[in-house]
Amino acid sequence: MLAMPPIISVSNLSKTYGSGFKALNGINLDIKRGEIFALLGPNGAGKTTLISIVCGIANLSEGSVTVGGHDINRDYRAARSLIGLVPQELHTDSFETVWATVSFSRGLFGKPKNPTHIEKVLKDLSLWDKKDSKIITLSGGMKRRVMIAKALSHEPQILFLDEPTAGVDVELRKGMWEVVRTLQASGVTIILTTHYIEEAEEMADRIGVINKGEIILVEDKAGLMQKLGKKELKVHLQGRIDAIPASLAAYNLELSDDGHAVIYDYDTKGDRTGITSLLNDLRNAGIRISDLDTRQSSLEDIFVSLVRAP
Amino acid sequence: MNYRAIRAIYLFEMARTWRTLLQSIVSPVVSTSLYFVVFGAAIGSRITEVEGVSYGTFIVPGLVMLSVLTQSIANASFGIYFPKFVGTIYEILSAPVSYVEIVIGYVGAAATKSIILGLIILATAALFVPLHILHPWWMLTFLVLTAVTFSLFGFIIGIWADGFEKLQMIPMLVVTPLTFLGGSFYSVNMLPSGWRTITLLNPVVYLISGFRWSFYEIADVSVAVSLGMTLGFLAICMALVWWIFRTGYRLKN
Repeated sequence: MLAMPPIISVSNLSKTYGSGFKALNGINLDIKRGEIFALLGPNGAGKTTLISIVCGIANLSEGSVTVGGHDINRDYRAARSLIGLVPQELHTDSFETVWATVSFSRGLFGKPKNPTHIEKVLKDLSLWDKKDSKIITLSGGMKRRVMIAKALSHEPQILFLDEPTAGVDVELRKGMWEVVRTLQASGVTIILTTHYIEEAEEMADRIGVINKGEIILVEDKAGLMQKLGKKELKVHLQGRIDAIPASLAAYNLELSDDGHAVIYDYDTKGDRTGITSLLNDLRNAGIRISDLDTRQSSLEDIFVSLVRAP
Repeated sequence: MNYRAIRAIYLFEMARTWRTLLQSIVSPVVSTSLYFVVFGAAIGSRITEVEGVSYGTFIVPGLVMLSVLTQSIANASFGIYFPKFVGTIYEILSAPVSYVEIVIGYVGAAATKSIILGLIILATAALFVPLHILHPWWMLTFLVLTAVTFSLFGFIIGIWADGFEKLQMIPMLVVTPLTFLGGSFYSVNMLPSGWRTITLLNPVVYLISGFRWSFYEIADVSVAVSLGMTLGFLAICMALVWWIFRTGYRLKN
């Protein structure tokens, strides 16, 4: 089977602002059709700049971007027609009704009126009973859903969600994830940026990490989860030891700085963790144990170690 | 051409006009009526005829132009500044619309509003003084041209402004003085010859002169020159708008 061409293809993309600040530096990234792609990165990493360029809000300095095979500059109408964008900030009108603002978005994207579609979008986002309310009267969570409704009003094939659940309570966040999954099931490709690692873990098929304007990792979530399978056992000792006894060499233990603990890495997905024999061998070596704790490395750890790397 | 987008922007902007009907339409009508009471009735009763028409009648075209100019600039500059200010501009920029379509939507709505306003003021004036319009089609042509040109000018100000102060600055410090000195309330011929020459540097003189000619065939400069200057200013504004969108000035950087 032929591989499907990527729905978004970013090549050698750089962006330098007028101030001389280089926000993006030689970005290469392909987004697969139908996937949920999570873009992770600290504040100021370039996530929003990247999205803004793909969507036409900012000009690029170097490189090129295609959306559905259409160059975003030469063929901007075709490219932009495919995209729905939900920006990070709550940018909404105030005095228009929900229905009017969502219908406006559909018209702006050149689509003929379709009240049935708008009704469905508003119902899916639990906004139907607010359709005649002025936006200014809505809560923050509802305004965010209005922005999603606007983005979905013109039936896009690609949806950009820039920090969709920032400042949204837990229940709403779960609701948002549900909406995103439903959209993916209907064939929409979704690119989301987030600060919440658990959101990426929960939602994404693939994860990209961006830092200081460069993509430093793109991997299937499954691959990352493999790394997440590693756990760490910390054995606190009653006394202090100066060195790991030779009889324990096979465990590759690490001695803590103060000599009061040893650290053992193991794989929870392996057939045997080796914990039982380690504890036996410690006793045989005459080492007395005061406490145990285990810790799972998270996507967050991987992320932090990646972005802290020089 | 994305006609649906033009329609969406135009109707969105017109909806704003209807929502703020009182502020949009009633207040200029009230202030214009005050001009008639003060200049037309109170002061005007002591002034003899100007070039064959009563003073009250003479100032009607100037008053209409005064409102059309200031309203066109205010409507269009606010119309594009506000989305920039609250951030909703992101949607316009990310939509499959060309800059020509954006301009037609915003400028079209701003001009429509000020044309409606101009006609309402004209109707109000008819309550105070007897009106006769010798060349109604030329009158409409000047009205539409001026509304479109100054709406474009307002659009440029709205994009250039990065604060409410700047939004007010040009209309207050430049446009209002030019309009008052442009012959709204007097004929340029009434000025000493030195001032007359200086006044001819004021572009508003040509707009008011042409517009007044379409009413009474009284003009400070020839109609052809008026028309030419108006079209020239229109062309300058169009060129500026073209440059703004080509470079993404204050929109995409």
